[in-house]
Amino acid sequence: MEKFSGKIWVLGDDIDTDIIIPTQYLALKTVEDMAPYAFSPLRPELASRIQKGDMIVAGKNFGCGSSREQAPEIIKALGIKCVIAKSFARIFFRNAINNGLLLIENDALQATVSEGDEITVTINEAIEHKGCTYPVTSLPENLVDIINAGGLVKAMRRLNGLD
Amino acid sequence: MGMTIAEKIIAAAAGVSEVKPGDIHTVELDRLMSNDGTTHLTIDMYNQLKNPHIADVNKLVWIVDHNVPCDSVKTAASHKKMRDFAREHGITFYEGAGVCHQVMLENHVTSGELIFGADSHTCAYGAVGAFGTGVGCTDYLYAMVTGTSWLLVPETLRFNLTGKLNAGVYARDLILSIIGMIGANGANYMAMEFGGEGLKTLSMSDRIAICNLCVEAGAKTALMEVDGITLEYLKAHGREPKHRFASDADAHFAKVYDIDLSTIRPIVAKPHFVDNVVDAKECAGIHIDEAFLGSCNNGRIEDLRVGAELIRGKKVHPLVRFLVVPASAKVYSQALSEGIIDTFMEAGAIVMNPNCSVCWGSCQGVIGENEVLISTGTRNFKGRAGHKDSFVYLASAATVTASAIKGEITTADLL
Repeated sequence: MEKFSGKIWVLGDDIDTDIIIPTQYLALKTVEDMAPYAFSPLRPELASRIQKGDMIVAGKNFGCGSSREQAPEIIKALGIKCVIAKSFARIFFRNAINNGLLLIENDALQATVSEGDEITVTINEAIEHKGCTYPVTSLPENLVDIINAGGLVKAMRRLNGLD
Repeated sequence: MGMTIAEKIIAAAAGVSEVKPGDIHTVELDRLMSNDGTTHLTIDMYNQLKNPHIADVNKLVWIVDHNVPCDSVKTAASHKKMRDFAREHGITFYEGAGVCHQVMLENHVTSGELIFGADSHTCAYGAVGAFGTGVGCTDYLYAMVTGTSWLLVPETLRFNLTGKLNAGVYARDLILSIIGMIGANGANYMAMEFGGEGLKTLSMSDRIAICNLCVEAGAKTALMEVDGITLEYLKAHGREPKHRFASDADAHFAKVYDIDLSTIRPIVAKPHFVDNVVDAKECAGIHIDEAFLGSCNNGRIEDLRVGAELIRGKKVHPLVRFLVVPASAKVYSQALSEGIIDTFMEAGAIVMNPNCSVCWGSCQGVIGENEVLISTGTRNFKGRAGHKDSFVYLASAATVTASAIKGEITTADLL
């Protein structure tokens, strides 16, 4: 299974879609144009500091609120490799998978990590942090395939021999 | 094993006799609603497909409601894309008719249907016993092209309602109380089902307000038992039920709540979470800059009547902007014929065309730094209605109107 390491940014409970991308920026042309405003109501500096390969660790109900698919798209556009949260809101969960953003549910991690720590994730197996290992529940294989393809539309294109 | 309403609708849509929570089924969708929040993204993806086609164009309803009339050149371009595509493919299209869920309930939705909407508040359709659920534009695209999707059968939370709401207490107070009780993710991935004798005391408008807000507890869908009130509503709008489902006596519920409606009091949800609820009186005296009466949650004629009754012969506080936004053109016409619009205008309210307005914080009435809004909208997230450092309180039409008059949060009985 794929394994990767990266620096983490730590957020709290109920990070809603208006925090992830405020409505006023949805009219911008591309998700790349919107990305600098990600999380701005909560932490205006965050988007400019996130680097490719970083990860987000958050509390319960991540992604609650609107069905706007720009939310997971922007997190992906910022270069975030995966979001690890105690739980995810259901519309966000589907949207993230459909856009190829990896989500991992884990109850324990958020309470033990500090921002800037490095963690290592082995997909469908475990998260390692400072010598501790946290097992993670497996995502079904077809969802992992969608994530690896970069999202549902890309997975369908691949399936249809277009890419 | 008996089934809940949600399970029965999924079973029917999957063409199987029985389903249980945790099963994943491929389902046939009855209707697919999308609005100008994300339809332009769906169209872009559609145009990238190898064999783009629409499984059944009669299932699609597209509604421009979030930014209408449009407020910028960028929005105009995204509306034009949607309008042109709808015309080219013969998709049922509304613009200026009202907020999408109100338009759907007035014109399309019926009991027992399974509906995807590219909007989180699609769960409102449970008011007529339809399984409505919010999806993103990729799931919408898949359903548009194939006519189907996959659904995980949700667990059901059952709410048995008894008694009757007291005078001055509204459906909004009830659903805010429930969200406060179970929390913002208390129904995550689950269906919220409402029934019992108390349900019979709630009008269709009340039921829509309740189901609409269930996503704020994380619910996948909300469902109400179909009864005489449902059938009467459908008949008045020229529709018949597709199915008339009720939960079986031996259906399994993840949890059952018994709620005596007479115990509910006026409630306010404080910034910045919908489950951050308190007795409305605890917020009395909080200064406000703007008040909003409208949205898919509380912009119906029943809500406007409540507001008009309170404000008749009075004035909006001089330091408050009071925005009144009927949820649909039909509601607007009805309000005009009842003299309700005159009442609001005479009081100094700003009456606007049907649209999502400040509830989604992009088009009209956005609030500035440190400003406070009291609203019948759906959400009070940080920055939802404008500046990131602004504050939104959610309450009933009565509490919002009373506060607009007083210039600070108050309940109608304290006016």
